[in-house]
Amino acid sequence: MWDYTEKVKDHFLHPRNVGKIEDADAVGEVGSLACGDALRLYLKIENDRIVDAKFQTFGCGSAIASSSALTEMIKGKTLDEALKITNRDIADYLGGLPKEKMHCSVMGREALEAAINNYRGIETPKRELEGEIVCECFGVTDQQIRRAIRENNLTSVEDVTNYTKAGGGCERCLPDIERILKEELGAREAKKPSPRPKKLTNIQRIQMVQKVIDEEIRPSLQADGGDLELVDVDGTTVYVSLRGQCTNCPSAQVTLKDVVEARLQEVVDPEIQVVEVE
Amino acid sequence: MRTVYFDNNATTRVDPVVFEEMRPYFCDLYGNPSSMHSFGGQVGKKLGEARERVAAVLGCDPAEIVFTSCGTEGDNTAIRSALEAQPDKRHIVTTKVEHPAVLNLVNHLVKKGYHLTLLGVDEQGMIDLDELRDSLRDDTAIVSIMWANNETGTVFPVAEAADIVKSRGILFHTDAVQAVGKIPIDLRALPIDFLVLSGHKLHAPKGIGALFVRRGTPFRPFMIGGHQERGRRGGTENVPGIIALGKACELAAAHMEEENTRVRELRDRLERGLLAAIPDTRLNGHPTERLPNTLNLSFKFVEGEAILLLLDQIGVCASSGSACTSGSLEPSHVLRAMGVPFTYAHGSVRFSLSRFNTREEVDFVVREMPKIIERLRSISPFSEEHSPSACTA
Repeated sequence: MWDYTEKVKDHFLHPRNVGKIEDADAVGEVGSLACGDALRLYLKIENDRIVDAKFQTFGCGSAIASSSALTEMIKGKTLDEALKITNRDIADYLGGLPKEKMHCSVMGREALEAAINNYRGIETPKRELEGEIVCECFGVTDQQIRRAIRENNLTSVEDVTNYTKAGGGCERCLPDIERILKEELGAREAKKPSPRPKKLTNIQRIQMVQKVIDEEIRPSLQADGGDLELVDVDGTTVYVSLRGQCTNCPSAQVTLKDVVEARLQEVVDPEIQVVEVE
Repeated sequence: MRTVYFDNNATTRVDPVVFEEMRPYFCDLYGNPSSMHSFGGQVGKKLGEARERVAAVLGCDPAEIVFTSCGTEGDNTAIRSALEAQPDKRHIVTTKVEHPAVLNLVNHLVKKGYHLTLLGVDEQGMIDLDELRDSLRDDTAIVSIMWANNETGTVFPVAEAADIVKSRGILFHTDAVQAVGKIPIDLRALPIDFLVLSGHKLHAPKGIGALFVRRGTPFRPFMIGGHQERGRRGGTENVPGIIALGKACELAAAHMEEENTRVRELRDRLERGLLAAIPDTRLNGHPTERLPNTLNLSFKFVEGEAILLLLDQIGVCASSGSACTSGSLEPSHVLRAMGVPFTYAHGSVRFSLSRFNTREEVDFVVREMPKIIERLRSISPFSEEHSPSACTA
């Protein structure tokens, strides 16, 4: 028995926007009978805005609920706004889905993309062209797998199967999925800022503040004709003086708080306060 | 809301008579049957009676019954025992449609270096005896063929299969979990070495099963410990469970006639009613060689889990071989082995009845089911066009 949220049950038992739009401006279709689930999405579009959406779905309870949720979410949105919707947004709208069912939300996002591509005259590329097929059983490409990993912060092969179905059939592609996952996790690791030392000595703190100001903050201010000088560091209070264009700039205080202080808090110490001195 | 329980191949209601039989053995007669005092000894006597009752329904000697905790334990014990007793034989034969208790075990044994032949089934879920004959080798240690399939109810020709296997001097095991209590079994007439049954499929509680080991069959215990079950299965006996299983077997023998007349008629009524009322519906399993209580149907263009969720809304319990109900992504291995087209496999529903079901319940489902299928087909994009595309296209 799946642990569906009340919202999933509600959207399954009382699906919104079921049916066809006979004069639809866009139709997006993903899945098939053989796959076990399929979604056909119909859109009515005026001035680049989705004014109506309907769907037909073959699939389990969460597939029907995800389709219903998707149509509710996109109505009234511009196409660009709608394209920003991720599968996680669909799952969140439903109060979450069991992880084995996350692929239902991915199907929703893919149908939306297919429909908008259809409207914009972009031939939805055959999956073969969008990347290399990794899972033969369900026709899942490496690009689909990478996207699911990135958008949902997946960390295991099992997660990838739950979200994309890849590897859920004959399981021959599991080593390939593992390789892709390792590559993606490696890339994610590299993006993380270098971890901060736990407790800084005063001298370390001063050196780091100086380094961040000299290497990051000043060059970006100088690019706009401004500049900044580090005057003193007292505990976690950093005294700076604005120079050049910055002295007359009405948004200098905002820069000080939102850029300089935020960056120093992020890199050096979350306690840091930046104070301007003459 | 009342419950209409049509999922008896998953588990059954404990018969109240069975429950009354086991009840005193929790708080009052709780002695250990191995004890020297008469307080425990009287329990030992009751176990003997239960063993006789189980033996009676199978047509075997009480000494050939080993009580276990479940069907899975029985299957593991039999197959592992056969391999351990014949270390020079490394080949196992079974079918593609076995329960995971056998299938996952033999797949595990393959990783340990054993050789495996999996027998296929035809579109009605039936095995081919010639294929069985051809699969046997000089180093075949054991052949394991289920008596009846849990998903489709197809009943295998176990008697003929056992004859073929025994004529080659090979051990024969049958997982009869779905058959015992539903169809007559007489081990006196059949050259079977191991047979497994499970209590909760025949109105006894969960946690009790039995393994028949024919006298003279080489045996190595799976559970090693005390002298219980004459050294064939260590561990203090599940006394209330064993007593319940004995009573359940006695009742099963008494109700065998009813199972094969009244329950069969109910099942047939359900089958006829649903096939007549709902277009694009097919029967999965053998039309005649089938358990009297089991009906497996596929509804085209709709998905099994969605059907079960809507049945649940009206209190009807059934199960499905659809991918989505199991958490796996592929439909049931049984339906795939039978070559059921994907267009049908995802929409399969199994109804399994028992002597506790009524005609009124059957008529209720026959009345409600068409609405459920119609509702889901009205959402489905495929219902009107009948032209499914391939998955990877």
